[in-house]
Amino acid sequence: MAPLLEARGLSRSFGHVRALNDASFDVDAGEVVALIGDNGAGKSTMVKALTGNLAVDAGELFFRGERVTITSPHQASEMGMEVVYQDLALAPHLNPVQNMFLGREIPRRGVLGFLGFMDEKRMRARAEAGFRELGGTVTAFGSPVGSMSGGQRQQIAIVRAISWADKIVFLDEPTAALGVVQTKNVLDTIKRVRDKGIAVVLISHSMPHVLEVADRIQVMRLGTRVATMPAAGTTVEQLVGAMTGALDPQTINRKDNGS
Amino acid sequence: MSVITPEEPAIVEAPPRQSLLGRVAGMQSVWILGVLLLIVAAFSVAAGTKFLSTSNFSLISQNIAVWAVLGVGMTFVIITSGIDLSIGSVLVFSSVVAAKIMEAVGGDGWSTAALGIAGALVSGIAWGALNGFLIAKAKIPPLIVTLGALSVALGLAQVITGGIDIRSVPEALTDFNTYIKILGIPALPFVALVVVIVGGIALHKTRFGRYTYAIGSNELGARRVGISVDRHLILVYALSGACAGLGAVLALAQFGTTTIAGQSLTNLNVIAAVVIGGTSIFGGEGSIFGTVIGLFIPAVLQAGFVIIGVEAFWQGVAVGSVLVAAVYVDQSRRAAAQRGGSHPSLLSVFKTKK
Repeated sequence: MAPLLEARGLSRSFGHVRALNDASFDVDAGEVVALIGDNGAGKSTMVKALTGNLAVDAGELFFRGERVTITSPHQASEMGMEVVYQDLALAPHLNPVQNMFLGREIPRRGVLGFLGFMDEKRMRARAEAGFRELGGTVTAFGSPVGSMSGGQRQQIAIVRAISWADKIVFLDEPTAALGVVQTKNVLDTIKRVRDKGIAVVLISHSMPHVLEVADRIQVMRLGTRVATMPAAGTTVEQLVGAMTGALDPQTINRKDNGS
Repeated sequence: MSVITPEEPAIVEAPPRQSLLGRVAGMQSVWILGVLLLIVAAFSVAAGTKFLSTSNFSLISQNIAVWAVLGVGMTFVIITSGIDLSIGSVLVFSSVVAAKIMEAVGGDGWSTAALGIAGALVSGIAWGALNGFLIAKAKIPPLIVTLGALSVALGLAQVITGGIDIRSVPEALTDFNTYIKILGIPALPFVALVVVIVGGIALHKTRFGRYTYAIGSNELGARRVGISVDRHLILVYALSGACAGLGAVLALAQFGTTTIAGQSLTNLNVIAAVVIGGTSIFGGEGSIFGTVIGLFIPAVLQAGFVIIGVEAFWQGVAVGSVLVAAVYVDQSRRAAAQRGGSHPSLLSVFKTKK
C-alpha cells in the first residue's frame, strides 16, 4: 500500500544554502514517524515543504499514492494535516476552548450567527470531549492558557491540531521546553493520537523520547534523508552515528520495503 | 532506553481551580470599580447630598458621554496592542466636515442634522480606515501612524475653517442635548450608553471581539490559524474612527460649535481611562466595562473637587496617580500570574495584610 504522505527528491535552496537536497520522506497512516537530525539538517524545511508553507525547487509529493501539489497551509489543513509549531501559536489570554476554536468558531444559529455571535456551549462541549478523549490534564477550561504549565499548553495545541486533522499531525519539538512529568504526558498524548489512527510526525532532538514513542525514525543530514529505521532495536548510538555521519548510512538503513 | 514507564496513569498537574468570586476579584476592572466607589463614598461624606444628587451625576454623565463613545473604539484598538492617538483630531475634523455640510445645506431641522451626522461618520471611518491600512499593510507602527493622523487631521480642519470655529449647528442637534431625555437619561449619555452596550456585546460575545483579543494576544498565532489579521486591524481602526465621528456629532450637540482648539488632550484622557479600566497596553486583555469605570474616575474627581471647594487642578494630579497605580497593580498581577499560575485576587491582598 502506498504511504499516506510521501515526498520524493525534494530540493530547495536559499541562496547558496541547499536546505533540502534530493530529500525524501514518507509516513503511513496510524504510525509515529520521528524526523531527527542535527541543527540545520533540514527538518523544519522538510515539514514546511510538506505542509504548504514553502515552495520547493524540485521534487514530488504523493498523498495516498496520488501526486499532489500543496501550495498553502490552508490546503494542507483541508487535506487533514495540521502543524503544532514549537511556539504553539496559542493566544495566552484566551482559554483552551477559545484557542481550540480560534478561526473556526461555531456560529449561533440564525440571525445571531450571521451577526457574529458564537455558540459557546457547543464549542465548550466539543472541546471538553476532545480533551477527555486524549486523557489530558487540562481541566480549567475557563482559565487563560497563559496561566497554564508548558505541558498543558502543549496538550492544548495538540488537541487543537488533532481536532482539525484526521490524517497527519506534525509536532515540532513538542518536548523541548518541558519537565519530566509534562514530557511524559505529551508522549502519552502522542501515543493516544496514533491509536486514533492519525499519523504523527515528530521532530525532536531527544533520542530517548524518539525511541520511546516512535514506530519509525528517519534521519536527516545536510538536507537529505540518510537513514530510515524502525525504532525497535535501534540504539541512541546508531541514531547519533547516522545524524553526524559517523556511520555509513548504507549499513544502517534497515527499512523493510513494503512494510 | 527510557526511564519513563508508559503504563503508569498520567500524573495530573492539578491546576488551581478558582472560584468565580476569586476570578472576579482578580479582574482589574473590579479593582477599579472599588476605587471609584471609594472616591464616591469619600465625596459623599465630605459634601453630602450636594455631591450625591441626581443633578450632579447627570452632569457627570453628560461630561463623559463623548469620551465614552471614543473609549469604546479605543478599547478595541488597545486590546489589539495598538494605540490611536488621532481620535481627538479626527473628532475635530469630522465635526468641521459635519458643520460645513450643515452650514451649506442650511436649516435647523433633523434632515440637515442627518446629513451632518452622515458626513461626520463617513469622515471618521475614512480616517480610521486609512490609519488601519497604514498599520496593517504598510506595517508602520500604530504610534507613528496615528501621531501623523493627529497632526494631519487637525491641520486640515484648521485649513478648512481658517482656524475659526463654525457655530452653525442646527437647533435639532442642540435641542437634542438640552431638552431630550430618554428613559430618564439625558440624550447624550443615553447615546453613549447604547454605544457602550453594543460595543461591549461586540467585544465579548462575537467573533469580531474574539479575533480582537486573539490578535493582541498572539498576532502570529492568529495568522497561523487563518484569521485575516490585516483586514481585522483595518476594521478595528475604522471602528475607532467611526466612534470619533459619532463623538464629533455628540460634541456638536453638546457645545453648539466645533471645538477646534478644545480636543488636544482628548486622546490622552481616553487612553488613560481605557488603561485605568484594566485594558492591557500590551494587548490581549481588557473590557468595555472597565473603560467606563476608568472614565468615571476623572469625571467624579473633577465634580467632587468643585463641590468641596478644592481647586479643580488637583484632578490632574489625582488622575495621573491613579493611572500609574492602576498599571502598577495590573503588572504585578500579571507577573504573579506568570510565576504562580493563579491570579492573586483582591482577597489575597487582604490576606497578606492581616
